[in-house]
Amino acid sequence: MGRWKRWLHLADEFYKAPYRGAIAREKRDQEDLFMLLVFSELMGVPNPASYYTLELQPILLENFHDWHTRMGMEKSPLDNFRCC
Amino acid sequence: MVSMNAIYLVVTGVVFVLLGYRFYSKFIAEKIYRLDPNFETPAYTKRDDVDYIPTDRIVLWGHHFTTVAGAAPIIGPAIALIWGWLPAFIWVVLGTMFFAGVHDFGALWVSVRNEGKSIGSLTGEVISVRARNLFMIVIFLLLLMVNAVFAVSISNALVATPSSVIPTWSAIAVAVVIGVLIYKMHVPILWPTIVGTTILYAVIWVGDQVPVELPAVVMGLSAGPQWILILFGYAAVASLLPVWLLLQPRDYINGIQLFIGLGLLYAAVLLAGPEITAPAFNMDAKVIGAPPLVPLLFVTIACGAISGFHGLVASGTTSKQLDKEPDARFVGYLGSLGEGLLAIATIVVVSAGLGSSEEWRAVYSEFGMHGIDTFTRGGAGILASGLGLPVEFAATLLTVMAVLFAGTTMDSGVRIQRMIIQEWGTIYKMPFMQNHYLATLLAVSSCLVLAFGAGGSDGQGGMLIWPLFGTTNQLLAGITLLVISIILVKLKRPYKYTLYPMFFVTAMSVLAALYQLMGFFENGQYTLLAFDLLIIVAAILVILEGFSAFNREKANTV
Repeated sequence: MGRWKRWLHLADEFYKAPYRGAIAREKRDQEDLFMLLVFSELMGVPNPASYYTLELQPILLENFHDWHTRMGMEKSPLDNFRCC
Repeated sequence: MVSMNAIYLVVTGVVFVLLGYRFYSKFIAEKIYRLDPNFETPAYTKRDDVDYIPTDRIVLWGHHFTTVAGAAPIIGPAIALIWGWLPAFIWVVLGTMFFAGVHDFGALWVSVRNEGKSIGSLTGEVISVRARNLFMIVIFLLLLMVNAVFAVSISNALVATPSSVIPTWSAIAVAVVIGVLIYKMHVPILWPTIVGTTILYAVIWVGDQVPVELPAVVMGLSAGPQWILILFGYAAVASLLPVWLLLQPRDYINGIQLFIGLGLLYAAVLLAGPEITAPAFNMDAKVIGAPPLVPLLFVTIACGAISGFHGLVASGTTSKQLDKEPDARFVGYLGSLGEGLLAIATIVVVSAGLGSSEEWRAVYSEFGMHGIDTFTRGGAGILASGLGLPVEFAATLLTVMAVLFAGTTMDSGVRIQRMIIQEWGTIYKMPFMQNHYLATLLAVSSCLVLAFGAGGSDGQGGMLIWPLFGTTNQLLAGITLLVISIILVKLKRPYKYTLYPMFFVTAMSVLAALYQLMGFFENGQYTLLAFDLLIIVAAILVILEGFSAFNREKANTV
């Protein structure tokens, strides 16, 4: 049974491993978009849902820092919003 | 003519390549690349669980093996048999042992030793930034050619074997369902695999009963060019869809198909024991218009002996997922055997499965008119006599297998082309090129220019791109081997095991490119002439800069 489970695990990895990075990147792009929508008001983009998205900002603070670092910005691009 | 049983060829080929793994790769691993089990690979040092993540070596081997064994180890040998079976066989076996193995293994090793960087990136570091930029141009041209020539190959196969049409396109539906089941519904892998594969083979039977042919002429285009347009339309859509929906399950099915297909072919040959009816050397080759064996054999069979494309695979995702450095030998060298085994199988079925010597000569009466269809015709007879499969079913099965291999390369190729165009859009500040849809349109349009530019609106002669594709592929391999050699010089290690293959492959490619240049000029094929010139210029510049870097490093280590 142990060997069978191993082969199933290998088959599963054979399926997932080649595209793991591509899928993770696509997910990350979607999350970036969502996060930027949450911060859209601060960036000067009118957002009718900002009353609600304001609540999410503290939760996404670390994501925001990761995002601006990934985009090559040393400091946060938002003047009144310092994550680092 | 003394006839020989194909079993001898199969056994000789397999034994030699395995000996290559057992002895030669061990020597390279211990004395040249000096693999260290304690070396911390980028999968650990840069781990992000996105690109960098340690992965089981059997999984990586399976991925490398199934990626490198595609349609090219089928098409190349099928064309190259025009010179007889012996030259093709020797090149495939020796190429796999001393060229492909070392190249794929080396590309993986240098990338692992350098933070998982790709060969393109390393070219920039060890040679020059200009060399890296030229390398990227060569890669783009290679992708262009791969997509164009595979589109022509697939369309020729679909026209020659109408029973393969329904199974080929049904495979897309099967892949999408598998993708949804596994990714969205989290169904464990076993049942989607079994049911999906079973349905695929059942649909092959359906296709046999219901052959599909496109109308003879539509808007001035015959069936072949119609298929080419449909295929590129499909590739464009496939490359834009989320990868989990189509590309990922298609790759997976391909892998399953490869193992089943190789198993069936080798079992059939061993059981049927057909006699080889092709000549060892075809003395009529020149008379029927075949170009000279040297240098054209070495670019006609690229994948199957050595292929630069595989270095991109090895230094692309694989190096970022390698768990321990010694795994590089298993994954890189043994993984490259996949193309060798498929090429050997093709040589055997095409030299033993096309009937008597006279029937073989009737098939091989003209250069460049062979490909998937030839493989199918040879293989179907052997599968029928060895395994008792109906000939028509076997023909459809082999065509579908080869077409699916080529198809997945096409849709991945268009996707990578699109990503390169988008990257150029970012680097050169052209926002319109960063748009997904426009970049895909540019990618597909450039391929269509080549596909139709090569053969004209009747699609005939599209396979003329094949030697050009092989030339570009081999040049890429030569550049990779040069990069590995320079790194070995820096490390003060023996470099002749990568440098001598590099000389040979590069010399053959440049000679082949020059020979083809004359041919394209004489025949007025100016599109191909332009591509050929571009490749020659890029190759010469990179090689000159490469040698300059090589000599510089040698001087530094004295």
